[in-house]
Amino acid sequence: MSSPLPSLSLRWIPVWQRHALVWRKLSVPSLVGNFGDPLLYLLALGYGLGRFVGSMDGMPYITFLASGIVCSSAMNTATFESLYSAFTRMTTQQTWAGMLATPLDVDDIVMGEMVWAGSKSLISAGAILVVAAALGIVHGARAVLVLPVALLVGTCFAAMALVVTAISKSYEFFLYYMTLVVTPMMLFCGVFFPLQGLPMPLQWVAAFLPLTHAVEIIRPLMTGAWPARAPLHLSVMLAYGAVSYWLATALVRRRLLA
Amino acid sequence: MSERNGGVVQASGLTKIYDGRPVVDAIDLQVERGECFGILGPNGAGKTTILRMLIGTTPPSGGRLEVLGFPIPDHARVMRRRIGVVPQGDNLDPDFTVTENLAVYGSYFDIPRKTAAERIPGLLAFAALESKAVAAIHTLSGGMRRRLILARALINQPDLLVLDEPTTGLDPQARQLIWQRLRSLLGQGKTLILTTHYMEEAERLCDRLVIMDHGKILASGSPQALIEDHVEPQVLEVYGPGVERWLGAPGRSLCERTEQVGETVFCYAHDEGPLLDDLRGHPELRFLHRPANLEDVFVKLTGRELRDG
Repeated sequence: MSSPLPSLSLRWIPVWQRHALVWRKLSVPSLVGNFGDPLLYLLALGYGLGRFVGSMDGMPYITFLASGIVCSSAMNTATFESLYSAFTRMTTQQTWAGMLATPLDVDDIVMGEMVWAGSKSLISAGAILVVAAALGIVHGARAVLVLPVALLVGTCFAAMALVVTAISKSYEFFLYYMTLVVTPMMLFCGVFFPLQGLPMPLQWVAAFLPLTHAVEIIRPLMTGAWPARAPLHLSVMLAYGAVSYWLATALVRRRLLA
Repeated sequence: MSERNGGVVQASGLTKIYDGRPVVDAIDLQVERGECFGILGPNGAGKTTILRMLIGTTPPSGGRLEVLGFPIPDHARVMRRRIGVVPQGDNLDPDFTVTENLAVYGSYFDIPRKTAAERIPGLLAFAALESKAVAAIHTLSGGMRRRLILARALINQPDLLVLDEPTTGLDPQARQLIWQRLRSLLGQGKTLILTTHYMEEAERLCDRLVIMDHGKILASGSPQALIEDHVEPQVLEVYGPGVERWLGAPGRSLCERTEQVGETVFCYAHDEGPLLDDLRGHPELRFLHRPANLEDVFVKLTGRELRDG
């Protein structure tokens, strides 16, 4: 408790298991969403809009879009889980308080929340991969590598969202983060169109946003190429994740252990 | 690790300051193995803060604290393996059944699934919830939830149970059932620390207790000793029209001490005979004659009622 850095251990696993068990009980509607949403987007935008767009960045628009949606879904899934669901567990349900009366610490709880939200991103990315493969727009077996990357992307965005959760007084506060951080990333990080279409200053900003780096890795993997500068992109996401984890842990400690 | 000096809790000068104000003000506590130790006080007295410091979820601002021989908060995590906590609020997992609540909570203690599964039937029987094993939490009554929370606190077979107002908000029958269970835990040799603002609860369950207000301990001892040491044994509660006039003469002269709380005059005496004789001549006044209790101790020490804090 005295160290300012989070203590790393495997004690987060029971936290993760608890969330997974709840998910399993409510998994049918959740999976319908995981499969249904991307299917609808790909059909409507990919085929509908794609007819007018033609090819983008040297690939059919639906292929371009599918790889983008994997990334934005990973971000949204983890963000939502770490804002709304985690906040409920921290406040209304007092699930975290219950855990803190056991040998678990804040560090374990925050890590468990993060990895769980990342796991939900993995599930959502997996569902989109399946849908995309069924539509014949996934190229090659290396697309499977998208799954571990989605876990990392989700965990990184979960850590960022947990920082917001740790300082939030109510659910309304999350709208700031959604509108000012999440939505801009979804629109300006290469999900729907290549960054090169943006004015230089925006491209410059986008280069610092984690979702841009997620797209840079996942798009090639899904379309049969190897990502360029993969270590750089992975490092950026790891850095966002690590700093956010540290910050979230410190803020939750301050909030719950005062 | 074994308890040094046999104490389950040793606290000296324990202090907690929030916003420059001491909510727990340099208190000393010693809880012995196997006893039921009560912390009695109105809302805001600092009871919950003491419990939070004991289990290590908030660091003391000052003083020294050991629980089960472990220095707290530094070794709180290891210590928590050996305690069970019943919080004031309901933090059961609403998405899980009764059994799942117990099993999942056990996983936080690293209890193997098989071991937890072996313990659960006994815990359900203890909580009189055998018929609710697969019930959803929202179908349970308030009393059932409290009993489940108590059973959950036992999943790791703790030596010490820390209970924050275990029966607040329960109806009398549900309360009796909890008391019975707590007594049976004491019979098994477990140590109990509980906070309450029900003096009846404290009198019935606690071997020793402290009475607190404004972060300070006002008195400590066994319920009986506290009553004997601080107040006269006989009490008449007098109320009704004209009670003030009666108190002026002859009321006050007939008793050793009086307290006025709201519209009621509390008359304390060793010999209640003259008071009773006089009150029989005042049909407009109503009165209740009873032996002194912890409430009287609290009123004497603070001039306030305990119940409504």
